[in-house]
Amino acid sequence: MTSALEIAASVRAAERSAREVLDEHLAVIAEREADVHAFNLVTTEHAIAAAVAVDELVAQGGNPGLLAGVPVAIKDNLCTRGVATTCSSKILQGWVPPYDATVVSRLAAAGAIMVGKTNMDEFAMGSSTENSAFGPTRNPHNLSLVPGGSSGGSAAAVAAGFAPISLGSDTGGSIRQPAALCGVVGVKPTYGTVSRLGLVAFGSSLDQVGPFANSVAEAALVCEVIGGHDPGDSTSIPQAFPSVSDHLSDGVAGMRIGLITEMMGEGISPDVAQRIRAAAECLAAAGAEVEEVSVPAVTYGLSAYYLVAPAEASSNLSRYDGVRYGLRVEAPTTGEMMELTRTAGFGDEVKRRIMLGTYALSAGYYDAFYGTALKVRTLIRRDFDTAYERFDALLSPTSPTTAFAFGDKTADPMSMYLNDVCTIASNLAGHPAMSVPYGVGTDGMPVGAQVLAPALGELAMFRVAAVLEGSLV
Amino acid sequence: MSIDLDVWEIVIGLEVHAELATATKLFCAAPNDFGGEPNTHIDALTLGLPGSLPVLNEHAVELAIRVGLALNCTINRSVFSRKNYFYPDQPTNYQISQFDLPINGEGWLELPSGKVIGIERAHLEEDTGKSTHIGGGGRIHDATYSLVDYNRAGVPLLEIVGRPDLRSGDEARAYVVELRAILVAVGASDGKMEEGSLRVDCNVSVRRHGDAELGTRCEIKNINSLRSLGRAVDYEAERQIDMILADERIEQQTRHWNEDEGRTLKLRSKEQADDYRYFPEPDLVDLLPSQEWIDRVRARLPILPAQRRLRLCERSGADLAQAVLIVERGLDDLCLAALELGADASRTITHAEHNLSDPKAQGLDPKMFAKLTNMDADGILSSTQTKTVLAELVQLGGDPAAIADSHGFKAMDSGELDAVVDQLIAENPEQWQRFCEGDPKISGFFVGRVMKATQGQADGKVVAGLLSERIPTAPKE
Repeated sequence: MTSALEIAASVRAAERSAREVLDEHLAVIAEREADVHAFNLVTTEHAIAAAVAVDELVAQGGNPGLLAGVPVAIKDNLCTRGVATTCSSKILQGWVPPYDATVVSRLAAAGAIMVGKTNMDEFAMGSSTENSAFGPTRNPHNLSLVPGGSSGGSAAAVAAGFAPISLGSDTGGSIRQPAALCGVVGVKPTYGTVSRLGLVAFGSSLDQVGPFANSVAEAALVCEVIGGHDPGDSTSIPQAFPSVSDHLSDGVAGMRIGLITEMMGEGISPDVAQRIRAAAECLAAAGAEVEEVSVPAVTYGLSAYYLVAPAEASSNLSRYDGVRYGLRVEAPTTGEMMELTRTAGFGDEVKRRIMLGTYALSAGYYDAFYGTALKVRTLIRRDFDTAYERFDALLSPTSPTTAFAFGDKTADPMSMYLNDVCTIASNLAGHPAMSVPYGVGTDGMPVGAQVLAPALGELAMFRVAAVLEGSLV
Repeated sequence: MSIDLDVWEIVIGLEVHAELATATKLFCAAPNDFGGEPNTHIDALTLGLPGSLPVLNEHAVELAIRVGLALNCTINRSVFSRKNYFYPDQPTNYQISQFDLPINGEGWLELPSGKVIGIERAHLEEDTGKSTHIGGGGRIHDATYSLVDYNRAGVPLLEIVGRPDLRSGDEARAYVVELRAILVAVGASDGKMEEGSLRVDCNVSVRRHGDAELGTRCEIKNINSLRSLGRAVDYEAERQIDMILADERIEQQTRHWNEDEGRTLKLRSKEQADDYRYFPEPDLVDLLPSQEWIDRVRARLPILPAQRRLRLCERSGADLAQAVLIVERGLDDLCLAALELGADASRTITHAEHNLSDPKAQGLDPKMFAKLTNMDADGILSSTQTKTVLAELVQLGGDPAAIADSHGFKAMDSGELDAVVDQLIAENPEQWQRFCEGDPKISGFFVGRVMKATQGQADGKVVAGLLSERIPTAPKE
């Protein structure tokens, strides 16, 4: 499989055409997509037009950009001008965005070629991509297992070779967990470093866009392309994305790395824990000081998350009412029309979270639920801050287990929610974290190591990830 | 009205929504213009399209700070919150407003009477679109279909919440007039009630004088003019007093002012408080205006209506009522400039009060206005002639002396006028007889004839004097 870096270099040098590269990937998609179902939509015509434009620019001696001719798969909750954006929900039926998300236009400006919109859990709510209105995505390493979620389509697209890179969104682990389960690299950058403009909101204070790739270096490049200030997002940090690519080979000698105690015990599968201990040893061998560290408040993360995220979601999703766009179920009155539309348009998990969030924000319950959850957020940040006084980066498993079977956790929402136990704290804190493949479990399925860093600590995070990646080669 | 104000106290608190005079909406670049074809002043955010995000309009914040400073408010760190409720003219089904942390905190406004009215807060929020319900009773519940225009959705509003310090319909009107003058003076709003850029919700309760507790209040909506405000307050107070006298319990309600019927009608009960599920708007960051910014805004704040009135009274000898009117018309600067140029103070104020209601009067050349006041004061022109010249001066400009010449106006010498009067009396003996007997039907006859004979050049007051001189003294009893 050719990397995004190699593709871009060869297309810029006119050694290969973007069109050729695209055709190779479309051929892989044609071969395996029916099995994997990574996409809600393959945008062949769009992709051909974009590839031809890149090739023309190269022929004219222009600069087609850092990702010239690189196929990219886009999660279907990122707005794409003129291309349906569904969030894998029936409620957005027929809606076509009149604009590109900032990250989408930045990728296009860098010469990347969108090949399709990827499947996901409806409105990014889920950890297995089983909550899609259009059917689940299957794990390319074993089609009887889930790819993780909610960005399961984007993770599977990269793992299956449909595109060397893809974009996902991560509200509580939705990039990192499927990356781990599909054996690819997945990054959730610091909150505010990547624009959310054009990302269909789930939990606005937690959502962050990030890349999937086969390597740390490719993921780093994509972050640099899509990151940096966007005046259209008020929560965007007014500075460029840290230049991580230049420091990937800096190593970890002298770095202090903490293994999070609370994420290595109960609930973590022994084979996964064993791989993460191996990762810690590898980092120590590379010259880092590695110690266990307790970050006590992360144990409250799951409870706080399942108040904050649904609360914000209940409000964010209230706009889907059949009045202006998307699905409308006709009824005699406006009120009934809204009710029937939302009843027909949303799946069970989305409804569950809307109810949870509505309840959490209700008068008389706000302080006990949402208010307390905000305090827990502050506690988690404080405990991380304390840890980062002694450590440059932290290490944990990304997911408690390797990929599980379809239907395993759908009957019990709580067992599904527990999948995010290691990833959620970073979203609540707004910190960066990434998953890097680190071998396989006893079932032969990929295990992901999660590297965590303080806000804007991407440099340290990528250095650690690069060393882990390098140790496996 | 039959309210016994010796027994009853009416307690009024107003919530005023002012549309801010920005070029674009509060959180996006769609234009903030009144009217327009439905759904033409819109963009992705206005429609609440998925993926759209709000970006705060800095000019709206500046206007809010201007108003806050003019109302003596504290300017605070503030947070935007979402107020969640489903309604088709609310594109996202939540309104971005300020809840527990408003930009402007406690302040006050002084009425021309000197009474001080407390301001609780003045916060920023976005406006909704407009719904039209077709069929049924014009309400959403039984309409055949509904139309929604989002042109107004997202327009910046400043909600100014006053303390319940007002005690009559007149006082409520005076408060709105003063608040509007301040909003217009600082350039925050055009203050047009008829276009809805100034909207007044009125909370009314009644209690007996001496009661410590406030009565149960009702909120009245749909007040579209100052006149309606006074009428609605009086109606509502009387309704509540009647209920108390009939031993009925007043329910906390939102009521609708029906202008045609002249009464308030129940819209909904407020006993079960709506649950808006407020929470901090995660798409926006805290708003913390720097002290430098606030100081800069304060330094550029224009002179406010109260200061204008005071200045005019001090420099011209106008009384408060005159000053209120002249400042309201925006003529105080003209008057002061004319006085600087030597205008007759009393005539200046009189003309500004009585003869300059045309908005074009603001464009008068102070030098020419001053000159005219002196021609008037010196008796060069009669009061009728002065009015004619002034009217032309307002419409066309020019020099009052030249205008007077063009009309052939000149001061009549008294001998000339005496002759005219004598001649008219001689020609109309019957009318003169009735005039002398004080018949009211004939009182204007001679002045009118003199005016006609002199082509309006005579001074009416002088003519009246000449006529009364000629009435034979009644024989003493």
